[in-house]
Amino acid sequence: MRLPNWPRAALKTSIAIACASLSACEEGVLVPKGPVGAQEKQLLLEALIPMLMVITPIILLTLWFAWWFRASNARAKYRPRWEYSGHIEFSIWMIPLLIILFLGTLAWVGAHQLDPYRPLVSSRKPVRVEVVAMDWRWLFIYPDQGVASVNELAIPTGTPISLQLTSATVMDSFFVPELGGQIYAMPGMETKLSLLADQAGSYRGISAQFSGDGFSDMHFQVLATDDKAFNAWVDHVKAAGTRLDDAAYNQLASERSTGGTLYYASITNDLFAHAMDIATRRPSTAGAASPAHAGAMLTAGPTEH
Amino acid sequence: MSVDATALDSYPEESQPLPTRQHLTGFGFYIYLLSDGILFAALFAAFAVLRGATDGGPDSHALFSARNAFIETACLLTSSFTCGIAMLACDRRNRFMALVGFLVTAVLGVMFLTLEVREFAALIAQGAGPDRSAFLSSFFTLVSTHGIHVTCGLLWLTVLLVQFLGRGFTPAMVRRFLCFSLFWHVLDVVWIAIFTFVYLMGGYL
Amino acid sequence: MFGKLTLQAIPFDQPIIMGTCMVLIIGILAILGLITYKQKWQWLWTEWLTTVDHKRIGIMYTLLAMVMLLRGFSDAIMMRSQQALASGNARGFLPPEHYDQIFSAHGTIMIFFMAMPFVVGLMNFVVPLQIGARDVAFPVLNSVSFWLTAAGSLLINISLGVGEFARTGWLAYPPLSELSFSPGVGVDYYLWSLQIAGVGTLLSGVNLITTILKLRAPGMTLSRMPVFSWTALAANMLIVAAFPVLTATFAMLIADRYLGMHFFTNDGGGNPMMYINLIWAWGHPEVYILILPAFGVFSEVIATFSRKPLFGYRSMVVATMAITLLAFTTWLHHFFTMGSGADVNGFFGITTMVIAIPTGVKIFNWLFTIYGGRIRFTSPVLWTIGFMVTFTIGGMTGVLMAVPPADFVLHNSLFLIAHFHNVIIGGVVFGCFAGLTYWFPKAFGFRLHEGLGKAAFWCWFIGFYLAFMPLYVLGFMGMTRRMNHYDDPAWLPYLLVAECGAVFILIGILLQITQLVWSIHKRDELSKDARDPWDARTLEWSTTSPPPAYNFALLPKVEGLDAYWEAKQGAEASPQKAYEPIEIPKNSGLGFMVSFFAVIGGFGMIWHIWWMGIVALLGFIALLIGRSWDEHDEYELMPSDIARLERAGVHAS
Repeated sequence: MRLPNWPRAALKTSIAIACASLSACEEGVLVPKGPVGAQEKQLLLEALIPMLMVITPIILLTLWFAWWFRASNARAKYRPRWEYSGHIEFSIWMIPLLIILFLGTLAWVGAHQLDPYRPLVSSRKPVRVEVVAMDWRWLFIYPDQGVASVNELAIPTGTPISLQLTSATVMDSFFVPELGGQIYAMPGMETKLSLLADQAGSYRGISAQFSGDGFSDMHFQVLATDDKAFNAWVDHVKAAGTRLDDAAYNQLASERSTGGTLYYASITNDLFAHAMDIATRRPSTAGAASPAHAGAMLTAGPTEH
Repeated sequence: MSVDATALDSYPEESQPLPTRQHLTGFGFYIYLLSDGILFAALFAAFAVLRGATDGGPDSHALFSARNAFIETACLLTSSFTCGIAMLACDRRNRFMALVGFLVTAVLGVMFLTLEVREFAALIAQGAGPDRSAFLSSFFTLVSTHGIHVTCGLLWLTVLLVQFLGRGFTPAMVRRFLCFSLFWHVLDVVWIAIFTFVYLMGGYL
Repeated sequence: MFGKLTLQAIPFDQPIIMGTCMVLIIGILAILGLITYKQKWQWLWTEWLTTVDHKRIGIMYTLLAMVMLLRGFSDAIMMRSQQALASGNARGFLPPEHYDQIFSAHGTIMIFFMAMPFVVGLMNFVVPLQIGARDVAFPVLNSVSFWLTAAGSLLINISLGVGEFARTGWLAYPPLSELSFSPGVGVDYYLWSLQIAGVGTLLSGVNLITTILKLRAPGMTLSRMPVFSWTALAANMLIVAAFPVLTATFAMLIADRYLGMHFFTNDGGGNPMMYINLIWAWGHPEVYILILPAFGVFSEVIATFSRKPLFGYRSMVVATMAITLLAFTTWLHHFFTMGSGADVNGFFGITTMVIAIPTGVKIFNWLFTIYGGRIRFTSPVLWTIGFMVTFTIGGMTGVLMAVPPADFVLHNSLFLIAHFHNVIIGGVVFGCFAGLTYWFPKAFGFRLHEGLGKAAFWCWFIGFYLAFMPLYVLGFMGMTRRMNHYDDPAWLPYLLVAECGAVFILIGILLQITQLVWSIHKRDELSKDARDPWDARTLEWSTTSPPPAYNFALLPKVEGLDAYWEAKQGAEASPQKAYEPIEIPKNSGLGFMVSFFAVIGGFGMIWHIWWMGIVALLGFIALLIGRSWDEHDEYELMPSDIARLERAGVHAS
């Protein structure tokens, strides 16, 4: 039996849309590589599916009612005075209320379980990384390993990563779509995030908070490997030879550049604290903006104060 | 097609009278004052958040003078009282008392402002200006927003009194005095909040 | 002498901007020339620039909104085009310095100078007519409000050719918007134009609340007031409560930038997080200010075209008021990722969801209004059905993001962009277009061409889905917002589809412009039944089209809901009552002149031309004092004149 024309068209369209959307099944948030991302994806679906189950009939009803009760349809019963029904009124408050009770519980429980500040439970000792967002690169300091890198975050798989974050300049947001979690990095303030990668791979990290002209290039690579490869990476960085002390950090933070990977073989002890502190100092020159910042430099002129 | 004008029966003589212009203006002005209250609320909130952000500089204990704040409060509260007297005189259409009441209100307002400006000048002179720290920024902004309102009020009162001398108690003048007095009393309430949260709680309690 | 302003402020080296400015200047000169040629300056001044009639002011607001829609949409299509071209880290045609201004201007213009004026314009025109009043409570203040909004919009347009605009996004988060990271005039243009417009909006809020609460026709208790007026009341209550927060916050940022203060700076103990809290404490109520009147439009439209009363009037009113209150409890969901802790995040997640309850109630009520009706598929109805489908999807994605951990992976991604465009376009824009088409005949005496209107709807509808559904997918794929270029080739197909969507919308807009021009051209044919072309239910339809300056010669006495409908059903001629003199407010140039000084003052402050700012302030004060000197701001229309005008009006309709 052949379906009539329009259901066939609808079916074809749905399949086309599904296929198109499947790209979302190859990268990004829906293919998490760690438990944080996986739980967040699960929560997404647990919220989405029930809601779809509710709004799909509503949308279909809307279209059907509008069609059935069109003025030219003599078969539809016209109820010119029907404007209230106690039963309906009760239901239309109850249905959304029940859905929201369910979703609200999901939200409350989920917010606590997936609190970025909550350390991940694991038998393995966490790897600590201190993150400083700059304009427009990411600095990763490994206090326990005594090294640092720019735009490359190497982590061992199956191990919780304990991140402490701050920013050197403006608000940024640390986000690795495939590992889930997201937390702002703010100048003079410290935020925390716990992540874990189950699978080895190379994942893309970005800043999710606009921070100026170089923002589009402010991404970094997450290299999730086994322990051996991770240790090899640390050794490789140690062989790079440069030291990241306070002065070198100040220099790095004031360069307004994008891209590139840098390695620092040794670091001072309280680099992170120094980074937080220096972000809250007065700018060294009034209106401290380099030409790169003003772009076409349309409005150069003496800035006040 | 004149279904309209006659089908909707209209009984101008039996209908409830619409509010007078005085009532409307007073009500609308009151809504505006509520919105101004929210403006101050936002500034109070900023002060509450930033009260400890002294950046190593002086805090409220170090800076605020009980005596000064108390005299300012006395001036402003008294001026509210004299404004009330003036409004009562308005109700009775007593030109002389209204004039006296508003003039005293104005003088007290000017005294308040003078003290406030002197306080600000002293703070700035000792390096505790609004650019010294976030705490001082929020203090100066909150208190001087109130001060700017007082200044505008005094300017307004001056214009009103000049007009009043010429034309007396016209409906427009009565309406405007009403609005002014509402404004002045609300400023008084805001000052009490400032005195409590900024000076008393900041400095002495 | 001229502060920071030099000839270098004009971007001679940027062809796109220069080209646009040339076109704009030529266009403006052409319009000015046309007015001069037709000798219409006197008419323009007395009939439009100095009018205090709420109907004219409403029309001017709407016109401003539609003009700014063109500017905001140009920004949009440039953004889509850039993203369609900049795959594989290609540079596209817009360098970051320019692109950043475009997306900032797009958001700022669409919210403040398109959606707000559109919504305020509809409320201005309709509410006094709908409640049986002669005008708003404070007509001159109404004019001042409009002209302040126009002043803000003029300043933002000047930023295109003189200087630059903010490069911070539409909410200008510090520290990026502080002097040390944005030393140019862009953020100053943003701040001053919005402060000026914000004052206008606030005054409008005061005006409409007073009007609705105090000037309803005799017999119109609040429970007999049409739903659009209820939503207008709710929106204006939100305006009065929320806009002062915006004013205070921008004042603090201005203080930081101009007086060296430290509210939100990195140094001196400043707290950028506080800005985000304050600005969203305004920002979330703002979106309800926009959507509630749109909901009101849909209620009127669906009831009229279903030939049934609105289903569940009382629960509609309760739901509206519930939304109004709850609007203030949800703002933190805009920054779940800022690390406020699980309790705080959880709390605000729940409050955000709770607001979906009254919204859902409204959708059901519209559904049951359709049920049992006899629907005529005019273009307002198409916009309404389109809204019901589209807004439901957008609301769903919003509730999805209200789950904090879900938001962690979606915050600031294109999923978010898709969500808010889904609800703003599907809700506010569709509602404004429905309202425009619905009330156009009342305002002008002739209908808009239906065929072109329907074609425009379909272009917008298809265009919207093509433009934004791919963005949901891209959000899942990890693409974040405000990207000037990117290197993931898998994103390109979706961005190309989105670009197609933008083109469809462009066609829709062109169709709407054509519709307007064509309808004016064919207005004689389209003016049949213009007084009540839709066989509608509420009081505004009982007047002539356009209504006389005084709206109602005799104030209607209202005895129930849908007063006009009831009157039509039981149409019996009653004896003609005697007219009484009507007080009509005189025209006033105050609004226009205030706006003039506002533009001068704003421009002066932006460019640090201090004497200009002072001159403007003094001028403003002088205007107010001068205005206050004359107590006679109304004139009386005598009963004989009223009778004459009524006879002429009835014959004309």
